[in-house]
Amino acid sequence: MRPLIEQTRVAALLAVVTIALLGGVYPLLVTAVARVAFPYQAAGSMVRLGGRVIGSAIVGECWTSPACLHGRPSASSYDPTATGGTNLAPTSAVLIAQVRRRIVRLRRDNPHAVLPLPIDLVTASGSGIDPDVSPAAAYYQAPRIAAARGVSVARIDAVIARAVRPRTFGILGEPRVNVLAVNLALAALHPRPGAPARSTRARRRQADAARTRCAA
Amino acid sequence: MTAAGWSAALAFFGIVALLTKPLGGYLARVFEGQRTPLSPLLRPLESAIYRVCGVREDAEMTWYEYAIALLLFSAIGFAYLYVLLRTQAWLPLNPQHFANLSPALAWNTAISFTTNTNWQFYSGESSLSYLTQMAGLTWHNFVSAGAGIAIAVAVIRGVARSQTCRLGNFWVDLTRACLYVLAPVAFAAAIVLVWQGVPQNFSPYRQVTTLQGGAQTLTGGPMASQEAIKEFGTNGGGFVNANSASPNENPTPLSNLLELVLMFALGAALTYTYGTMVRDTRAGWALFTTMAILFFFGFAGAYAAEAAGNPLVHQLGVAGANMEGKECRFGAGASALFATVTTDTSCGAVNAMHDSFMPLGGLVTLANMQLGEIVFGGAGSGLYGMLGFVVLTVFIAGLMVGRTPELLGKKIERREVQFAILAVLVTPVLSLLPSAIAVMVPAGLATLGNHGPHGFSEILYAFTSTNANNGSAFAGLGPNRFYDYATGANMLLGRFAVIVPMLALAGSLAGKRAVPAGPGTFSTRSAVFVALLLGTIVVVGALTFLPADALGPIAEQLFLRHGVTFR
Repeated sequence: MRPLIEQTRVAALLAVVTIALLGGVYPLLVTAVARVAFPYQAAGSMVRLGGRVIGSAIVGECWTSPACLHGRPSASSYDPTATGGTNLAPTSAVLIAQVRRRIVRLRRDNPHAVLPLPIDLVTASGSGIDPDVSPAAAYYQAPRIAAARGVSVARIDAVIARAVRPRTFGILGEPRVNVLAVNLALAALHPRPGAPARSTRARRRQADAARTRCAA
Repeated sequence: MTAAGWSAALAFFGIVALLTKPLGGYLARVFEGQRTPLSPLLRPLESAIYRVCGVREDAEMTWYEYAIALLLFSAIGFAYLYVLLRTQAWLPLNPQHFANLSPALAWNTAISFTTNTNWQFYSGESSLSYLTQMAGLTWHNFVSAGAGIAIAVAVIRGVARSQTCRLGNFWVDLTRACLYVLAPVAFAAAIVLVWQGVPQNFSPYRQVTTLQGGAQTLTGGPMASQEAIKEFGTNGGGFVNANSASPNENPTPLSNLLELVLMFALGAALTYTYGTMVRDTRAGWALFTTMAILFFFGFAGAYAAEAAGNPLVHQLGVAGANMEGKECRFGAGASALFATVTTDTSCGAVNAMHDSFMPLGGLVTLANMQLGEIVFGGAGSGLYGMLGFVVLTVFIAGLMVGRTPELLGKKIERREVQFAILAVLVTPVLSLLPSAIAVMVPAGLATLGNHGPHGFSEILYAFTSTNANNGSAFAGLGPNRFYDYATGANMLLGRFAVIVPMLALAGSLAGKRAVPAGPGTFSTRSAVFVALLLGTIVVVGALTFLPADALGPIAEQLFLRHGVTFR
């Protein structure tokens, strides 16, 4: 019994000491170094426009305006506090019905599209806040964006082409386009459409529309 | 499949292979108490910890003292996290004012982290305070991995030593694993992850109005510090619900590569540590080779399935890989690679939703866990699990040629084989039986996310994953009290019902006299041994799980080919 009590004491003390070191000092030390070395990333890669934070460069958001590049379907309506996928099986009738609906909507919204339907626009992401689309998905939407903004498709294509990020070191991951980056570039190109509505009520209406549109 | 996808996998594995010898050698030095480059910095801290806690550094333990020390420490860690989860609402660093967890969920989560499983019934970003994340989960990520490494080292000592009953001191091994191995690597990796974009702050969530006028809540927290040890300690419990699929936890293909390397690094290095400590490095490389073969088979299968895509979607006129539940920056290749690695190890972090994988892609993840998490495996648990198979293989080989089986000069007798069988049987018995019970009770079917064979796969996956201490999920299966308690109990048994027999086996081996190898000795470093070991692993895994898998992913694949879907 004596050794057991002694060992329990050791276990408890070691727990306390390691909680202080690994659960306290370690994360605080990482925070301190991160804040000095990479303040932008440590704070969450916040994107500012005119001094106001409008989103995060690494977190996707819901886009509905025809003049903007749209992201992928999201199981969480792009809510970063409820991340996740649909978790639907490849043999799920629900999944197939969802894909069917998305195809109909994409064809309707992009009547002038000439490229084949991109797979990432008909499937929901894993996180629900995927910030990217594939280059194919971006170029697919170019005619719609061009029509909504009254500019040539070539100009939209050029904006997208500048935003394409290739595979890292030529092999890691997939080529991709950050949706927010493209939309910021588009806003700079032609600032009128896609800007936030002025009145609170109109903003709320836009937000409601956004939630239903981006639901998986 | 693309050349880039395969190149990335080969490059990743090349990095792991290059790290194996230096990291494995370093581990051997740490646990043999030799000086390391970090000693000047860490040795004073280490000594101070022993002084404060009353650890006698040179007092070595027998196998059961070692096991009791582990159980005591785990029990205290469990109780601590349970209390933390049940009281977080009243504690500081809770800017979102999250409530206390329910008893069932707190029990499940506390066990989950104590056993290095990190099964996610909790949803981090919407229910856990920053204090819980760092002082609760991050701490457990360190010590549960450290404990796993300590057990592996004790088992290695059992094989290496002769005519002693002592396997080392658990407190010393645990402290050294955390201090010399886990903390420095996690610190460096966390900084790299922040560089790549993983947030590290204590700010409250931020309400923003987007460019288009919508509202969005951006989350924060000390994510990078947790993410680094989550992968390196093969824990896998996400800071957020979507785990490493979330761009917050895993923002770029480069952060993805780092996380992959972190997952495999310890499992691979420990094979070299084994070789070094038993003074037969080629025996260590034989284990490495066996694991590498199993890894590449798994990856090839998963990648092929995911890259081929879903024929039911193709029929609707959209070509391409299976992107449901996957992120654009990763695609089929990096997602299949991550899924293979996370189920080969007992990590269970995910960068894509396994539930939405193609049937054969999902089968790979399931089969990897069914083999017992020995393909590099969890921090420590991979190696001691593999050594169970090694003993079994040596025994079978001995039977085949009619000689007394030997492992590195030590006779393998009834006692050793019994313990090895006990450890090896834990995974099949405790995955299949609870799955069978779950399909027979209403509560087991109440929270399925999918129906048909895939629904069964969700159940089988849940019990296989919790028992193997993996923690990844076919996450369509939702939590309820039945699953909270059943998977919790299964995690406990999956961890300790393997550790105790393996320690007993080590204790038994340590007491034996090593006879010098003769011409008839069966070498555990030859290609023949690798083939036999592979055969044993696959036969044990396949024979026990094939019938169940046939009802799940294999049946689903057949239905898929005929275009059958399920409501």
